[in-house]
Amino acid sequence: QNVSLEVLDHLEHPALVDFRDLEGVEQLQKAIQFADQLHEVNTDGVEPIDSVLEDRWCLYLREDDVTEGNYTKELLENAREKVEEYFVAPPG
Amino acid sequence: QVSVALKEGRVTPTELCQRCLSLIKSTKFLNAYVTIAEESALKQAEASEERYKRGQPLGVLDGIPIAVKDNFNTAGIETTCASNMLRGYISPYNATVVQKLLDQGAVLLGKTNLDEFAMGSGSTDGVFGPVRNPWSYSRQYKEKSVPKSHSEDKESNWVITGGSSGGSAAAVSSFTCFAALGSDTGGSTRNPAAHCGVVGLKPTYGLMSRHGLIPLVNSMDVPGILTRCVDDAAVVLGSLAGHDPKDSTTIQDNFKPFELPDLTDVSKLSIGIPQEYHVPGMSSEILALWSKAADLFQSAGAKVVEVSLPHTRYSIVCYHVLCTAEVASNMARFDGLEYGHRSDTNESTESMYAATRREGFNDVVRGRILSGNYFLLKQNYEKYFIKAQKVRRLIANDFVKVFRSGVDVLLTPTTLSDAAPYVEFIKEDNRTRSAQDDILTQAANMAGLPAISVPTALSERGLPVGLQFIGRSFQEQQLLTVAKWFEKQVQFPMIQLEEVKRHDHDVFQDQKSTSFS
Repeated sequence: QNVSLEVLDHLEHPALVDFRDLEGVEQLQKAIQFADQLHEVNTDGVEPIDSVLEDRWCLYLREDDVTEGNYTKELLENAREKVEEYFVAPPG
Repeated sequence: QVSVALKEGRVTPTELCQRCLSLIKSTKFLNAYVTIAEESALKQAEASEERYKRGQPLGVLDGIPIAVKDNFNTAGIETTCASNMLRGYISPYNATVVQKLLDQGAVLLGKTNLDEFAMGSGSTDGVFGPVRNPWSYSRQYKEKSVPKSHSEDKESNWVITGGSSGGSAAAVSSFTCFAALGSDTGGSTRNPAAHCGVVGLKPTYGLMSRHGLIPLVNSMDVPGILTRCVDDAAVVLGSLAGHDPKDSTTIQDNFKPFELPDLTDVSKLSIGIPQEYHVPGMSSEILALWSKAADLFQSAGAKVVEVSLPHTRYSIVCYHVLCTAEVASNMARFDGLEYGHRSDTNESTESMYAATRREGFNDVVRGRILSGNYFLLKQNYEKYFIKAQKVRRLIANDFVKVFRSGVDVLLTPTTLSDAAPYVEFIKEDNRTRSAQDDILTQAANMAGLPAISVPTALSERGLPVGLQFIGRSFQEQQLLTVAKWFEKQVQFPMIQLEEVKRHDHDVFQDQKSTSFS
């Protein structure tokens, strides 16, 4: 099963890593081939699992109370390009 | 033991800190550390010393030198994940588990080396270069090395640490610290622990906070603990486990730290031996050790049964899909805007993102991102991602069934063989290696179960081999109790390193194994 150039184009957008070189495509083909082994397993009637903790219902929503904040200075420190309190990206 | 020594004043925290720092310098060739936080460590040690003088240490961990894998955020200290993407990134905060250690008075010596973004099983694929297994320089290994006919280059046949927490494992193994944090997504704490002859604990998913641990696979990652003995691992676990409001995937039950009893009677124990873990490619040595261990339990009166985990062989494929998918998502945050590397390209936001990511990530990371995005495409989502999630349930259920049948703990090897020489290891690519090496450790991450690798014996080549125990969810006490019993039976030898002998420290001498509990 070959990965069409169309799919590859489509992929680069969300992945944002260019992989135009042949090696990248080959690697992807191998990865897909490897993953195809999954289809040997009969999963009829099996529900997909999101979290191993599903029985414990621990994913909760906490109260909408502000407990910490105002870290603007610290957070901006690691950015290379900034203006006042904004991160700056090239236009376009 | 060292904790007692600190309390009794036989050694001071600053002395201990200085010894460790100097040992780190003299074992620099191991490349275990990425960053050494000398100044802050000494300050922490001084503060600890004050507390001991007043007779008010914070606990067992006060003054104990530790190291942390470089994928945990550490305030004020560079956190790189061994990637160009995060070079120069100074964390603005401490990961919860790091904070907890510091709150207990532990002395943070530095950040340890790893595979880039914790992807790999050798600790060979980071931008700072590979980590060398301290056992490469042990008398035990050197004695067994076949001398080469031409001039022997002691540098050429060093062995890998395993990965991805290789730096942490090497740091603990070479005595530069008393405990280290690693991470475990597919075996990354247990694998290097086995190769470096130290204890590697993977806690139950949800027991320890992941807040501040730069994520790989959110549904499988856990912080890992590396120590020289099981008791130490229990102590560290005791100070780190528990609900964290900053990590909503930590369970809310109250966690009570425990001490491990000295088990003498194993007759009520049921040990399961999963037949599917007898994989092709496993060295006959390891097979023999596994068998010997099973016999050990049986002779001591435990019930040893063969069990089946039928979906084991699909765990690597399943992991491959789920891991790449989650990685694709998690790596999306690295775009050069808020932190980390940023490309100089200024044509457009997208081209800047793309260039930044091409420059910042190595091939392994990019490959996984690409694959992951493929499996997440709308046309593939059901076929691959959802399918993998279904297979994951089957894998997890295999364990549930086995534990329900009365088995308390599973016993398996941790790795397929002892540590490979670096020159051999790099002959295959990262993905192939990971697929081979993760096979025994991966399923525990799929099912979220606790697992521990205990150093068992030395191989024919004089290198450590570990065996793995997998326990029931949140039953770390039982798991560690069994591991401790086993550790006592096997009496794994201490590494004989020349560099350490020269540092004639009385705390290191005349102890069977240097531990702090």
